[in-house]
Amino acid sequence: MDWIWGLIGGLLIGTGGAVYLLGNGWIMGASGIIGGLVDGSGRSTRKERLVFLAGVIAIPAVLSLIFGRVDTNLTANWPLLLIAGLLVGVGTRIANGCTSGHGVCGMSRLSLRGFAATAVYILAGGISLLIFRHVLGVI
Amino acid sequence: MRLVISFLAGGLFGAGLHLSGMTNTAKVQGWLDVFGDWDPTLAFVMGGAMIPMGLAWLATRYRKSALSGTAFPPPPSTTIDMRLVLGSVFFGTGWGLVGLCPGPVLAALSYGGAGVWIFLAAMIAGMGVAPKIIDRMERAMPA
Repeated sequence: MDWIWGLIGGLLIGTGGAVYLLGNGWIMGASGIIGGLVDGSGRSTRKERLVFLAGVIAIPAVLSLIFGRVDTNLTANWPLLLIAGLLVGVGTRIANGCTSGHGVCGMSRLSLRGFAATAVYILAGGISLLIFRHVLGVI
Repeated sequence: MRLVISFLAGGLFGAGLHLSGMTNTAKVQGWLDVFGDWDPTLAFVMGGAMIPMGLAWLATRYRKSALSGTAFPPPPSTTIDMRLVLGSVFFGTGWGLVGLCPGPVLAALSYGGAGVWIFLAAMIAGMGVAPKIIDRMERAMPA
């Protein structure tokens, strides 16, 4: 049954991206929207970015209140969370995109960079799990 | 109008991340972990998301501009440079370590507990130092 929810959720994510593109003319990339606020490069569209992020936070909050929360199964290892967060923050800004920008929005317009980035971060994620879970056993 | 559209898009994005199970790090790591108990859900999420998004890109060919009057993004660059590859290696490594990326960390912010906040703080710090790293990279390897 999980795959059906995956598909439904995916359709909603894509619809969000479609609304953002056809409505505002922008590419819906989470790391770009957040990063532009952090480094000031998105100053001119600050309000739109904040309102977008408010939607991303608020709707799951409402859904989890009505239907019950999703268990995140997130590690409680603080150093690991800090290292992973740093890598994700630095990496997505260097690469100019993450799973939403390069993945969903990039690949759906057949962008070569979208496919390349997605292939590399999935491969890196797989290797990360291989090393840290199966070889070193730390996650 | 732009603000309403932004909230609507963010809300749909958040709802999708939540309902698809992408705020469950075990499912994300399960997709990446081909040597463990492999979980295909993420492929359905990505595939599902590409359908309306692909249609939206098609629609941009038949319209001059977005509803707000803004021009659509220019055609994508085809340059695969060091920044794209190295950045994606960093991102993927962090993503695999804990199973969170920039969208789901926000979607899970209201119910994910302290860990989500710690990850978010570190991610924001990373995004804050990234321009300095990019600057150095570009000086070391001029395009």
